[in-house]
Amino acid sequence: MYDVMSIRNDFPMLKNHPDMIFFDSGATSLKPQCVIDAVTRFYTEDTANIHRGDYDISFKVSKEYDETREVLRKFLNARKAEEIVFTNGATSSLNTVAYGYGLKYLKEGDVILTSYAEHASSILPWYTVKEKTACDIIFTPLTDDGHFDLDAYKECLNKHNVKLVALPMVSNVLGYKYPVKEITRLAHEKGAVVSIDGAQGVPHCLTDVQDLDCDFLSFSSHKMLGPGGVGVLYGKEELLTQINTLTMGGGANARFDKDFNVILKNAPIRFEAGTPSIEGVLGLKAAVEYLMNIGMKNVEAHDKEMAEYLSSELAKLDNVVIYNPETECSIVSFNVKGVFAQDSGTYLNKNNICVRTGNHCAKLLHNVIDEDQTIRASLYIYNTKEEIDRFVKVVSEITLEKCIGAII
Amino acid sequence: MFMDEDLKRSILLDHYQNPRNKGLIDDDRYQMIHNASESCIDDIKVQMLIEDNTVKDVRFDGVGCTICFASTSIISEMIIGKSVEEAKHIIDQYYNMVGEKEYDAELLEEANAFDTLYKQANRIKCGTIGIHAMEDLINAYEQ
Repeated sequence: MYDVMSIRNDFPMLKNHPDMIFFDSGATSLKPQCVIDAVTRFYTEDTANIHRGDYDISFKVSKEYDETREVLRKFLNARKAEEIVFTNGATSSLNTVAYGYGLKYLKEGDVILTSYAEHASSILPWYTVKEKTACDIIFTPLTDDGHFDLDAYKECLNKHNVKLVALPMVSNVLGYKYPVKEITRLAHEKGAVVSIDGAQGVPHCLTDVQDLDCDFLSFSSHKMLGPGGVGVLYGKEELLTQINTLTMGGGANARFDKDFNVILKNAPIRFEAGTPSIEGVLGLKAAVEYLMNIGMKNVEAHDKEMAEYLSSELAKLDNVVIYNPETECSIVSFNVKGVFAQDSGTYLNKNNICVRTGNHCAKLLHNVIDEDQTIRASLYIYNTKEEIDRFVKVVSEITLEKCIGAII
Repeated sequence: MFMDEDLKRSILLDHYQNPRNKGLIDDDRYQMIHNASESCIDDIKVQMLIEDNTVKDVRFDGVGCTICFASTSIISEMIIGKSVEEAKHIIDQYYNMVGEKEYDAELLEEANAFDTLYKQANRIKCGTIGIHAMEDLINAYEQ
């Protein structure tokens, strides 16, 4: 049984801020004690660099660091641990795909297919690829209410010379799930490579990369209970061995000489030049083990239940407009009528409620929902119906006058 | 100058709902600056007519939150008719207030409604974006 109160007990932030409602896990999640302990242990008991020291502590930390790859392999059901690259975050994973694959293989006449709902980190690296290779970027149209439109997508694949598809697993603002398996199958039929932004998806949904069959999957540790400064790039082995690395340096090369010859190590190590955030990776290991212990199916069911409950309760209010009434995955985007999102955010802050307001880095989305700025409530494993009830009550009281009162 | 919360609220609501000097005009004598916030919705254009070392008119329009529109409305109203030096002094005093420094409260009149804005770091930009445009327009005139 899903015991949310027992889960809450694992999060010091919730104990230290008993009156806080944290509905901003889409920006970054809270961290359980086990993750904090894993990071601290590196500093207090196990400080050493990895793969570079001939002493016991270094051996121990290196082993644990390498084991994290296996933990992630299991978590994603990847074929091999070698398909897991540690990066600085989803943004750096996405940049690795764009520059490592895109700059090497895309050329004039090729098309990158993406959508207006994309996060800046998922789309801007491709802007650079377009500029440097003279390839094209096409936006696959979404439905009027912001859902993925499979027919429109098929049409794009048929009409254009699509070589790469860059789409999210779950959209950042609307929280709608994309049919990644179908997206990938259709793209592969056309010979296109598929890069999925999993930043809002992997923390909340059971993810099986073999089933999805996507070629690349990028996500961040800090949105899924882990430390900041760490992310994951999953890539199919045959692609990881082909694409370029962004960063050259220590640890990633096997040997080099004065005649400028360099032999890189194999993937994934070749992508991890320089000393990585070892404590971050160890913390991510603890986070993933924590999530697997709860079970991602349970996480997914809880987050969905909470988001649907929040959405249905907000829908009862006359002063609210919801942009994603069919939310499927932890995110509810809305506004209070006649009040700018940021003004509402200030009022919510006065009531100890943490949300994100603004455009959530998806600056093209106004092409879809006709609104630039929204309040985004994003939920996670530790949120409860009681919090939602309190939140909805505060939202029901929001007026322009009260928001101004919160400002002064 | 002490201003109770009810008075502040009514001043801000009034200037937000009935902003003064809102709406741009098509007149070559006016200079214009477009200021858009990097972090939020605020995106406004401010026009200014300065003649004989005097701020003759200020106009603004765009998209903005309550703080952005109310602050731009209030300060525009205050500096119209003032000499360039007086206008700059008012703007300086306003910056001092939102920067939690000493300032001349009597001089700032209705702008005192923002005397606690400094407590909300993420909103100071909203309360200065229009004012920065006015300052830049004055500086451009002086050069």
